[in-house]
Amino acid sequence: MTSPDADPDAAVRRAVETVFRMERARLIGGLARLVRDLDLAEELAQDALLAALADWPRTGIPARPGAWLTATAKRRAIDRFRHRRMRALKLAELGHAPEDDGAAQISAAEAAMDDDLGDETLGLIFTACHPLLSREARVALTLRLIGGLTTDEIARAFLAKEPAIAQRILRAKKALGAAGLAWEIPRGDDLKPRLASVLEVIYLIFNEGYAATSGEDLIRPALADEARRLGRILAAAMPGEAEIHGLCGLMDLQASRFAARLAEDGSPVPLTAQNRRLWDRTLIRRGLDALSRADASGGADGPYALQAALAACHARAGRAEDTDWPRIAGLYDRLAAVLPSPVVELNRAVAHGMAFGPGAGLALLAPLDGLAALAGYAPLQAAIGDMLARAGQPAEAHARFTRAASLAGNPRERDFLLARAAACAA
Amino acid sequence: MRVMVLVKATADSEAGIMPSVELFEAMGRFNEELVAAGIMLSGDGLKPSAEGKRMAFDGPTRTVVDGPFAETRELVAGYWIWEVKDMAEAVEWARRCPNPMPGPSELEIRPFYEMADFAEVLTPDVAAIHDRVRHDLAGR
Repeated sequence: MTSPDADPDAAVRRAVETVFRMERARLIGGLARLVRDLDLAEELAQDALLAALADWPRTGIPARPGAWLTATAKRRAIDRFRHRRMRALKLAELGHAPEDDGAAQISAAEAAMDDDLGDETLGLIFTACHPLLSREARVALTLRLIGGLTTDEIARAFLAKEPAIAQRILRAKKALGAAGLAWEIPRGDDLKPRLASVLEVIYLIFNEGYAATSGEDLIRPALADEARRLGRILAAAMPGEAEIHGLCGLMDLQASRFAARLAEDGSPVPLTAQNRRLWDRTLIRRGLDALSRADASGGADGPYALQAALAACHARAGRAEDTDWPRIAGLYDRLAAVLPSPVVELNRAVAHGMAFGPGAGLALLAPLDGLAALAGYAPLQAAIGDMLARAGQPAEAHARFTRAASLAGNPRERDFLLARAAACAA
Repeated sequence: MRVMVLVKATADSEAGIMPSVELFEAMGRFNEELVAAGIMLSGDGLKPSAEGKRMAFDGPTRTVVDGPFAETRELVAGYWIWEVKDMAEAVEWARRCPNPMPGPSELEIRPFYEMADFAEVLTPDVAAIHDRVRHDLAGR
């Protein structure tokens, strides 16, 4: 039994579009390897979609739609080479140009058609995340090629203007083309820096969807889902790489809090104040599993695995007051060693303060107080205020909370800090 | 979105007839495809209902019913959990599944409730129980 549909053509069209969305990264990856040109690969893939929209309403969706689309697109690629070769031959007859290597291209293309379809998507991910490109370009190109987002959607997700994103993507494709890069997945010594870049891009995409600093567009949570899917693709393809599991665990554990992390007015709710019954248990379970896979691959001290382990401490705490702060402090000690940054130091100081008392926290916070990198950073002043309040120094705490409020990024955070300041004065 | 894909039972699956080597291999390849695409979160097969039991409730009464159960096509022989963009994508993945049974058979695709869907029926007391469960589950 099929569901009744007023317009069977529209139903097929929707199915074709869904199939295309599912297949496009693999298709473009394979074509890019064949024609060594991302723009042309995208164009050929689009041609194949149009052919499917014309054929499938008559013939039905083929049993292996991906193979159908690939074969169609490759046929068209070869047609283009032939066409180019004919033109070159004609020009040569007229004495205008030497014969080009069209014949060689055709046989190369035909040979490539026989290749097994293996790691096209993976190859495309590594190409889009090439360290040659700026981080912004890597993110935009990955979303365009693998996520299948339009430039308009990417622009909305990053609150940027569409022409700027289009330019960024265009320049990235040109840079890759000019560098004549191989489309294969790097091996051996080449893998580590490229993989690090891929993981960084995936996490940037995730955070862009998760942080939701502004805008209420549905695209943004979809970015977080897309990043998690990319992580799962990588994990399946390269199960021995511990940091991939670390990143997957980190993203699943953070995403498990999605429903709890915004108040009704859309403002962020701090971790300790979140309604933990809204946390997604399936994602917590998956996050913990990924974390143990990272450990099992010997990657417990990777930056992503450590951040996942930190998120796991919160996930394991049924109530905020059950949080295992000594364990968190120890994890931050390790994270500060592999990923040193002022913000990690700040979080480390807070964790030590929570675990071992405000004196321990204040001792670690003192050297951060004068750092240029954290000047104007509200969370530092708020953390110092919190430790001072807990240490029984309300007047000093009041001053810090007031200063933090003046630095706060949004009204809700400012109100919260002013309320804490007022509580110290009382 | 997350969906559960239910493989419905057939007379063969209820009889405990194992899949052919070819079918078992085809299902393995399909699973590989699902994992490589980042879709599959988990999945397993269930033994015939002859090895199952039902607990029937009527007020305070509990009655244990031994399998096998009638209405074969209403029984479940296996399941997957997939994470997909939408129902249309789930349908297209299901379309690619090899026929999981030797004869006619059926898959059923059902979206999951999200925890947020339960927010209104969770009283503080009920929430405390669920919090404990989560804590114990995650505590290993």
